[in-house]
Amino acid sequence: MNAKRTTWLTGIAAVLLASAFLLQWMGYVDARNVLLLLATGAAGIPIAVKAIRSLRMKTFSIELLVTIAVIGALIIGEYVESAAVTFLFMFGAYLEVRTLEKTRSSLKKLVDLAPSEATLLKDGELQVVSADSIEEGDRVIIRSGEKIAIDGRIAAGRGLVNEAAITGESVPVSKSIEDQVFSGTIAENGYLEVIAERVGEDTTFARIIELVEEAQESKSITQKFLDRFASIYTPMIVVLSVIVYLFTRNIEMTLTFLVIACPGALVISAPVSIVAGIGNGAKKGVLVKGGDIMERFAKVDVVVFDKTGTLTQGKPDVIDMHVWGMDERDFLKQIAEAEQVSEHHLGQTIVKEARKRGIVLANAPEDVEIVEGAGIQVNSGKRQVVIGNRKLMQKNDVRIEKAAQEYAAEREHLGNTVVFAAIGGELAGLVSIADQVRPEAKDAIQQLRKNGVKRVIMLTGDNRMTAEGIGNVLGLDQVHAELLPADKVSWIQKLKKEGHRVAMAGDGINDAPAIAAADIGVAMGEGGTDISMETADVVLMADKLDQFAHAYSLSKATVRNMKQNTVFAVGTVALLLAGVLLGKVFLAAGMLIHEASVLLVILNAMRLLRYTSRKPEDRKKRDRKRLLVE
Amino acid sequence: MRKITLQLEPLSCPSCIKKIEGMLNKMEGMTEARVLFNASKVKVQFDEKRVSAEVIEKSIASLGYPVLSKKVA
Repeated sequence: MNAKRTTWLTGIAAVLLASAFLLQWMGYVDARNVLLLLATGAAGIPIAVKAIRSLRMKTFSIELLVTIAVIGALIIGEYVESAAVTFLFMFGAYLEVRTLEKTRSSLKKLVDLAPSEATLLKDGELQVVSADSIEEGDRVIIRSGEKIAIDGRIAAGRGLVNEAAITGESVPVSKSIEDQVFSGTIAENGYLEVIAERVGEDTTFARIIELVEEAQESKSITQKFLDRFASIYTPMIVVLSVIVYLFTRNIEMTLTFLVIACPGALVISAPVSIVAGIGNGAKKGVLVKGGDIMERFAKVDVVVFDKTGTLTQGKPDVIDMHVWGMDERDFLKQIAEAEQVSEHHLGQTIVKEARKRGIVLANAPEDVEIVEGAGIQVNSGKRQVVIGNRKLMQKNDVRIEKAAQEYAAEREHLGNTVVFAAIGGELAGLVSIADQVRPEAKDAIQQLRKNGVKRVIMLTGDNRMTAEGIGNVLGLDQVHAELLPADKVSWIQKLKKEGHRVAMAGDGINDAPAIAAADIGVAMGEGGTDISMETADVVLMADKLDQFAHAYSLSKATVRNMKQNTVFAVGTVALLLAGVLLGKVFLAAGMLIHEASVLLVILNAMRLLRYTSRKPEDRKKRDRKRLLVE
Repeated sequence: MRKITLQLEPLSCPSCIKKIEGMLNKMEGMTEARVLFNASKVKVQFDEKRVSAEVIEKSIASLGYPVLSKKVA
């Protein structure tokens, strides 16, 4: 029985039922009964077919109960009842499918983003092929407005790419040669030639979809409880209905009792909330890997952050320069030329800064001496250039004036690293470098606190000075520095022993043990690195901390929604059964209320799809702020 | 050993899971059969020497769940 035919039969039953009421109003009782019997047949046959099929599989189904009840009603001559019940059951099922599809729609929207065709450049010719037939190493052409079908690296061209499918972030990103692009993203403008690296089921996008599908399947604790409850509940209801019959000797009431007691809304109440919640997250770039994780996440009261790459951007930048006696640009050119040969990350940061400002680095340094743990000494353009820490300056008898000392101390207090540079034996300038705090970090931490996080802690392998600087800027409760990965794990275990529910957010392989040790492990996805996506419970696809804050309030909203649904479903069934036993509720009316309660449960869950963690006023305020800035 | 993923029409009752899984797991040559309720998909691992993808597809359809599309890997 396919879906379309079932819908048709339901429609026919509706027309027959309406005509029957018209005939009754006109006084033709016999003709009315014929129409009612036809309506019962139209809507009842699909139900009976399903009942028999599942009976053959030795499973007990709701359809079986309804079939028995309808046959009972026909025997005692209640044709209105039989037609109404079969119609309501089918119509309810139809509405259920339609609304359930809506709760699953966020995932479907994602799946639809994957393109089915792509253009290849092969042997100097353009060919349009199906996305499934692309192989690794193929050169894929992407024009303005097209969807990207593979993961790969740009070999030629440039453009703006909307990566919302992967990161949830709809502001397009500028991409050019050597940049990575992902399947499911859209080239909003420009022209790209991409060498395919991952195709088909191996792309990040395909794996995200698979993870979300599996997550929506994994059962929450509440859901497991409800499943177990339903499995004792159904036989219990059968026994109870026998008791009802023995006491009342009323077949109609017994059948009504049996049908009304079906745990429809109850069974579906928890899963729909979870599906809608996980769908909401996926759309906004947060993967929550299951219903049980939603429930655990909602109980978190302590959040632990790694520093580098999590609270900060993970890429050091030149924040400030202090130069004496020469032009800042000229100073930067000279030290950057010297640092060209350096492999140290501070040196590379200086070179990067010079390139960013459009300075051409021409003179390659001569006589390079790298002083381990201190800096670099080179001869560049006939002059000696010494770049490094205080110790290196002292070793070379470079005098550091009081003003320079004060500047350095001040920057270091803020958590920056200060690099000293001497040209021709004189201190020429100071460069302060820092791994900058993510711009959204402060707001995200505030929002976490507002939603019930009691303590925010940072654990880092970096030095104490830098760590405390960032702790001050963000207003963290505790900062622990100079830790090894194993130390982070023991901190998390200690917090858990104190009775806290701990979430740990980190980014790299070094955080993986701590992420695994926490109640909830949160990983920065970086567009989907393998380890983080596999081990973590929650993945932030755009590396954005406001996604973390959203996921936390989303988990609370999802659990709340699930509780509302469960209470509502249990309450409805209890009230209806009481009504049946008191003789106030009859089969058709009971069926109507029963189906309505299932629909209400689904509709309630659908609210979660539109859930945003920001209150409307907050958004207005933010918009106003943005206007002022512009 | 092969893997097949079948896309069904939207599943609406959780009891469908048990029906489909129960039937498939009783079949000859089946390693693992799993129903993804929310995605309305069936994932099956099977021994291609003892059972074919077509037979699996037909058995699911005859249980009352038409297969919309399938992907064999």
